Amino acid sequence: MGMKRKLPKLLSLFLSFLKIGAFTFGGGYAMIALLENEFVSRKKWMEKDEFLDMLGVAESTPGPIAVNTATYIGYKVAGVLGAALATLAVCLPAFTIIFVISLFFDKFLSLKYVGYAFRGIQVAVVYLIASAGIKVFKGLKKNALSMILCALVLACFITLSLFAVSFSSIFYILICGMMGLSAYFFGVMRARKRAQKQEISASENKTPCDGATSDSAEDHNEQEPSSEKEGQGRDEQ
Amino acid sequence: MMYLRLFLTFLKIGVVSFGGGYGMISVIRDTVLSQGMLTEEELMNFIGVAESTPGPIAINMATFIGSAKGGFLGALLATLGVVLPAFIIILIIAAVLKNLLKYKPVQGFLGGVRPAVAALILATALLLGLRVFFGLGSVRSAFSFQYKGLIILAALIAVGLGSKYLLKRKASPIVMIVFSACLGMLFYGVF
Repeated sequence: MGMKRKLPKLLSLFLSFLKIGAFTFGGGYAMIALLENEFVSRKKWMEKDEFLDMLGVAESTPGPIAVNTATYIGYKVAGVLGAALATLAVCLPAFTIIFVISLFFDKFLSLKYVGYAFRGIQVAVVYLIASAGIKVFKGLKKNALSMILCALVLACFITLSLFAVSFSSIFYILICGMMGLSAYFFGVMRARKRAQKQEISASENKTPCDGATSDSAEDHNEQEPSSEKEGQGRDEQ
Repeated sequence: MMYLRLFLTFLKIGVVSFGGGYGMISVIRDTVLSQGMLTEEELMNFIGVAESTPGPIAINMATFIGSAKGGFLGALLATLGVVLPAFIIILIIAAVLKNLLKYKPVQGFLGGVRPAVAALILATALLLGLRVFFGLGSVRSAFSFQYKGLIILAALIAVGLGSKYLLKRKASPIVMIVFSACLGMLFYGVF
């Protein structure tokens, strides 16, 4: 009985995502307005707040944004089956179109004027990737840690690539993630130490703790100024 | 064996591709180049196709590379590989760990990942730019100045800025691709 009632909803979910998969050019971000129109305004399957929360999740988890949102909305609407159907639907048009293109692509490229056109397209590809990079960069939190990591990765990646040393991008991502994580724990440790010190100085009835910095705290200050700022930033949040 | 390799390669790409399709380009690039699946030029041509056909760039790339290397089954496995991690992670978040992203250590981790992704996208653009405009693939390659490419780039930047400030909306990628294709035919074919 439950299945029967679910069927129209599953079908409608499938068709919606098929449509979205077939008509979004230019990647995941172009699809956000379409998604909102379809599921928040028209079908009212989600509240605006939940939609925005979902976008946050889709952007901070790995994977194509389109797949992330399809899985999430599908699950909310009709459970695991819904998630699977929505994901299948959003991938199906791209898969079909590209598979057909891939069969003819080499022949197509060997046409003289198509080859010329693609030399122009290569320039557009550089332009599009650069503007995507600038957009992501603008969206970063501008604290010391993220600026240092960004500069380091940029410098290492370009140098190693130009010297043809192979070092996978995956390592940069994971190493920087670990740095972010350790910066967080470092911030927590510092905050705890500071709290302890304040307790001690309060119990000894001394005047403000600024005067009572111990040697070890100063060492920390010098070693990791960036993570300290990071830690404080998080405390404020 | 080829099929398994395709699946595992794209599974790996799917796990670490933070930041959507563009974030994935640098990971895809060094994976397919180091495994000899595509040349740099083939990859760039294909990014152009992925940008001008509907659907997520990641799916387009996985399907194309899979198909080029292993036919229909290859395309299917590569696409499945790139989708599976996202599917599972989102399912876990939606069903069980609703607040996963609100945990401070997770935020700390992502706080490190985001600048890395931004840097990787920018660096990829820069490397591709060096190759397209100056013929520089590595320190050993000869410098050759591609002034036609630079003229096309200038035209694209003009269109991009014009659309942003005069029409108050971003020029869509497909407009840019079609425009650059016309300029390419004009500059390399006619002149």
